[in-house]
Amino acid sequence: MIYLNLLFSFFQIGLLSFGGGYAALPLIEQELIHNQGWITNQQFIDVLTLSEMTPGPIAINAATFSGNQIAGVLGGVVATVGVTLPSVIIVQLLAYFYFKYKNIEIVQGIIQGLRPAVVALIASAGLTIFLTAMFGQSDLPVDLSTLNYVSIIFFALGVFLMRKFKASPIHVIILTGILGGIVYSII
Amino acid sequence: MEEMSKKTLYTELFKSTFFLSMFTFGGGYVIVPLMEKKFVKELGWINEDEMLDLIALGQSSPGPIAVNTSILVGYRMAGVKGAMVTVLGTIIPPLLIMTALAYIYIAVRDNAIVNNVLLGMQAGVAAIIVNVVYNMGKRIVVKKKIIPILVMIAALIAGIVYQVNILWLLFFSGIIGALTTFWELRQKDEGDTQ
Repeated sequence: MIYLNLLFSFFQIGLLSFGGGYAALPLIEQELIHNQGWITNQQFIDVLTLSEMTPGPIAINAATFSGNQIAGVLGGVVATVGVTLPSVIIVQLLAYFYFKYKNIEIVQGIIQGLRPAVVALIASAGLTIFLTAMFGQSDLPVDLSTLNYVSIIFFALGVFLMRKFKASPIHVIILTGILGGIVYSII
Repeated sequence: MEEMSKKTLYTELFKSTFFLSMFTFGGGYVIVPLMEKKFVKELGWINEDEMLDLIALGQSSPGPIAVNTSILVGYRMAGVKGAMVTVLGTIIPPLLIMTALAYIYIAVRDNAIVNNVLLGMQAGVAAIIVNVVYNMGKRIVVKKKIIPILVMIAALIAGIVYQVNILWLLFFSGIIGALTTFWELRQKDEGDTQ
């Protein structure tokens, strides 16, 4: 049954995303694209784009939106509940022990141990996103003749604005969206 | 605070988390500081030090940080019921917005201009992710500890070249993290007793 599968998939995504919303991306990619085949690479990037440009936690946005894509309104609700449920359980357990013992050093240590792997995982999901945006394909090796020059300029502009002027993600998305609407409509 | 009725408390918890989730762009790293401002400075319900601990706890748990922190605030103020109230306050706005957006998306996705806008945004999203990875990676590299750097490189190769399942990567790095923590804590204890 699709709803149970959705609930289980998103429960797993919520349970394993250590380090906030971006940590959920590689899990969403692995589970929804590769394991279940529910969405395509292109849809994954659309999910991410729309989650970035709307308010609220990114992982919740992504869950509601992709749940909707996969199985309608109820699918969106189920996916959102699924991704939230592990937090509801684990956070309260941690809080209970914290208020009892006021000691979270070991938990923090394990999480810090996870962080390097999480960065690597986000980088790997980032590579998929980068390749799709620049070459229209997600796997290496790429054919250099398929490079989208407009896209690479937008990308460079985005990185430049964020690093040099601390531009926020939402501004970068809006700017590249407007530029895309103009430039791609002309050429 | 003693006179505050349960109902007022729940209402305020719901209202606060709902509005923060409804109007804050950019996920946990933006929402959490605003939560701190709301509950520590404006409402004065939680003191600064305890809030910092709650934020650390929220970051130590799996799941979205904004959701985790809101659950912790609710739990701190009104136990399990309070946590239910704040988690609903946090997830209802995105649930409504993204459901509506999903329908708009289906209706307009094939429109040429929408397609061009999304194509442009793709490059922007790629830039954002690269920037996130750069910032997170830098934080690990600057500490100049050899084990985390090696774990990061190994996980990168395992993930990209060998496409190892994420579960295994998290499992092994978790074990390495636990072992190094126990070792460091022991070193510290020995240092203290000498």
